[in-house]
Amino acid sequence: MPEKQIVQTETTPKPDLDSPPPFSREALTHLRALEAESIHIIREVVAEFERPVMLYSIGKDSSVLVRLAQKAFYPGKIPFPLLHVDTTYKFGEMIEFRDRYTAEIGAKLVVYTNQKAIDEGASPFALGTQKCCGLLKTRALLDALASGPYDAAFGGARRDEEKSRAKERIYSFRDSYGQWDPKNQRPELWNLYNSRIDKGESIRVFPLSNWTELDVWQYIHFEKIPIVPLYFAKPRPVVVRGDHLIPVEHNPPLLPGEKPQMVMCRMRSLGCTYCTGAIRSEADTVPKIIHELFFMRRSERENRVIDHDQEGSMEIKKREGYF
Amino acid sequence: MSAPAAATIEQFLEQEHRKQLLRFTTAGSVDDGKSTLIGRLLYDTKGVYEDQLASIAKSPVNRSGRAVDLSLLTDGLRAEREQGITIDVAYRYFATPRRKFIIADTPGHEQYTRNMATGASTAELAIILVDARKGVLPQSRRHAYISVLLGIPHLAVAVNKMDLVDFNRNTFDSICREFREFVENIGGPEPVFFPICALDGDNVVTRSERTPWYEGPSLLEHLETVPIGSSNSFDELRFPVQYVIRPSLDFRGYAGQIAAGALHPGDVVMALPSGRTSRVKSIVTWDGDLQKAFAPMSVTVTLEDEIDISRGDMLVDPRHMPHVSRRLEAHVVWMHPDALELNKSYILKHTTQQVRGLVREIKHRVNVNTLAQEPASTLELNEIGLVSIETHRPLFYDAYKRNRSTGAFIFIDPLINVTVGAGMIVEPMAQVPAELETGRLTAAERYARNGHHPATIWLTARKELAYLLERRLFQRGCQVHVLADDAETHLLPVLARICSVAGLITICTPAAHTPSDRDRARQLTAPAPFVELDPEDLPPDDQIAAARVMEILEERGII
Repeated sequence: MPEKQIVQTETTPKPDLDSPPPFSREALTHLRALEAESIHIIREVVAEFERPVMLYSIGKDSSVLVRLAQKAFYPGKIPFPLLHVDTTYKFGEMIEFRDRYTAEIGAKLVVYTNQKAIDEGASPFALGTQKCCGLLKTRALLDALASGPYDAAFGGARRDEEKSRAKERIYSFRDSYGQWDPKNQRPELWNLYNSRIDKGESIRVFPLSNWTELDVWQYIHFEKIPIVPLYFAKPRPVVVRGDHLIPVEHNPPLLPGEKPQMVMCRMRSLGCTYCTGAIRSEADTVPKIIHELFFMRRSERENRVIDHDQEGSMEIKKREGYF
Repeated sequence: MSAPAAATIEQFLEQEHRKQLLRFTTAGSVDDGKSTLIGRLLYDTKGVYEDQLASIAKSPVNRSGRAVDLSLLTDGLRAEREQGITIDVAYRYFATPRRKFIIADTPGHEQYTRNMATGASTAELAIILVDARKGVLPQSRRHAYISVLLGIPHLAVAVNKMDLVDFNRNTFDSICREFREFVENIGGPEPVFFPICALDGDNVVTRSERTPWYEGPSLLEHLETVPIGSSNSFDELRFPVQYVIRPSLDFRGYAGQIAAGALHPGDVVMALPSGRTSRVKSIVTWDGDLQKAFAPMSVTVTLEDEIDISRGDMLVDPRHMPHVSRRLEAHVVWMHPDALELNKSYILKHTTQQVRGLVREIKHRVNVNTLAQEPASTLELNEIGLVSIETHRPLFYDAYKRNRSTGAFIFIDPLINVTVGAGMIVEPMAQVPAELETGRLTAAERYARNGHHPATIWLTARKELAYLLERRLFQRGCQVHVLADDAETHLLPVLARICSVAGLITICTPAAHTPSDRDRARQLTAPAPFVELDPEDLPPDDQIAAARVMEILEERGII
């Protein structure tokens, strides 16, 4: 039994919803609090691991992650490489942005492609999205991490994205096959992260775990972080299939009667062209996107075809080593 | 997410920019309706997207008796969905125009104390669910106890399923009375109570018409207005150094997250363990240099003087030192199926340090159902106890109840690399042996009081260094004394023996090289360690030399 630990008492406060909440002392705004936590995590990894790497997907979350890494080591440069797993089915605009932006901030970029699978004809059209993703993303990612070999890999995943993510630790332990075991996660208390691993094992680190999609957009807005233009609405050629808008950049096979058409739209999350559905939108600035999101009642990954392959499919992919 | 009250997007963004963050945890027994309550908070604050709602609406499982089973919103993994209970910690997010909230959703299942402790470790408020029909159960007491043990500053008790007791005021009042009394007994904060029905939403987000006798706020109104950070009255500087940033020869910055207090350029800071002091030159961030930084900001600090500081060191306010010791007592929650082993070498991670440490003794185990203190020789999974620990290197710590950052640590088993326990350090008391002894004082009793064994340091012709070392050791909490012999009276060996028997660390600094005195001192103080330092081997600068000697003493296990 603890001795009298907390002597502080609070009577029921009379809620006063018209004035700002009481500050008994200086407090950070929620974005600054999240930023401080993420920077702490990034520094902790660099201090305790030998060969960290940051997974760079070129999306908005990656952009925020890169900015946090810049802040963590300022005035020094980011002390680890950025790794992009290129399926070759990414949008041309993404690749262009990737090369320009990483050069601009002086980051080291490593690009990895499962060339063997591509040479053997792997594509979402030939294999179906699940197998394609397994070869060009999950397999390629595991091979890329082994090629380092990297013992810690930052990812931009957030817990609010998907139900299985909500239970994942900030330091997510992976065995020597890169697999996640949701039943056997290390307890994670306070801000004390356990970095100990054996040879061949690794940790996936998610500094944005506690951020929501809205936080990410607000941070991009307030920090003026550059993002890929695909996030902004403009007329783009797509195939309309039910509720989905499928970009035509890599010539997806069309169903009878389907024809590409120009639709005012934007991407809500970025993946490969075939698996990333666009959404109809007029939002061509960050504040407009935030406005749109705020009234939007659909969750972000819904437009990713891959997550709907079967019930609980994200959890299955993660067990196999997917980010 | 609720609709913006602001008229324009710019006003909305401005409002968003001022939002605060509240982390809270939820605890309840199986079937207390915890998942439903969280589902209700998410649903009523529009934190749920349509497709998620559609997905649970078509779920074959519905235990709620209502059109949609909101508890399904928070059920994460497949296995858990099949079992119908949550078995790990899951984090949820929602926001109102006033605050953003992070929920650590933890199970109330008997064997999962460790998950609750995990969720509680970062929470500023705990919601504890009580079933109005069942009243205060042993589990409810356990949840309150763990919340208090983990130092959560605010307790909110949601008395749920009020619809099943016809919203009876007496039922509610008697639960409040019993719960309040219990929390008072364990030294917790005054709890705040809410009569709710999570299934229908009474007093969750809006005040209910079915409880006209209840005049307090809704649960959400309380979450929006409870003071944040009020428990954190500890404002003495603690800055654990995480990483040294050195992009060029003219910049050397110490990066870290401020654990307590504030920093300004010009502040005098002391670096531990070296004990050297300097002034803050600048507080560097990507967004420009700061005139003030405070907890929990992540910043980079440069100092006026070149002193050797590395990861694991801590900058503190020299007027308010933390405890510096290799020995401490802590409440421990054990989290692994392999029980705690006495005298086994574990790794302790405390702030930014990893040190080897042994549990020397289990003072008692706490029965979490009765809260009785029981004798124990080990702690099993999910057990809690008070233990005494000895580390290989000193920790710089404060009691957990004063500062959660510098009072907390985790145990890692070095063989399996897994986090096996969590510790909360208690305020060290003047070390008195358990039973009041009547005989003469023994060396063991002196050790228990001092925290170190006696030792003699022989340091010829470095008087200033000797006094500097004395100061450093004193600041570490050691009993220390300098013997300087300018007159060549050859008294040093005998005086050293007296000091050694008294349990002190003695620094002998004869003015000249006197091998016969040295040998005699070594003989008279045996078997206590005798450290002869060759002045030729030590750096000429006293400050640098002192830091080096401290390292030698650490390596030799003396401090």
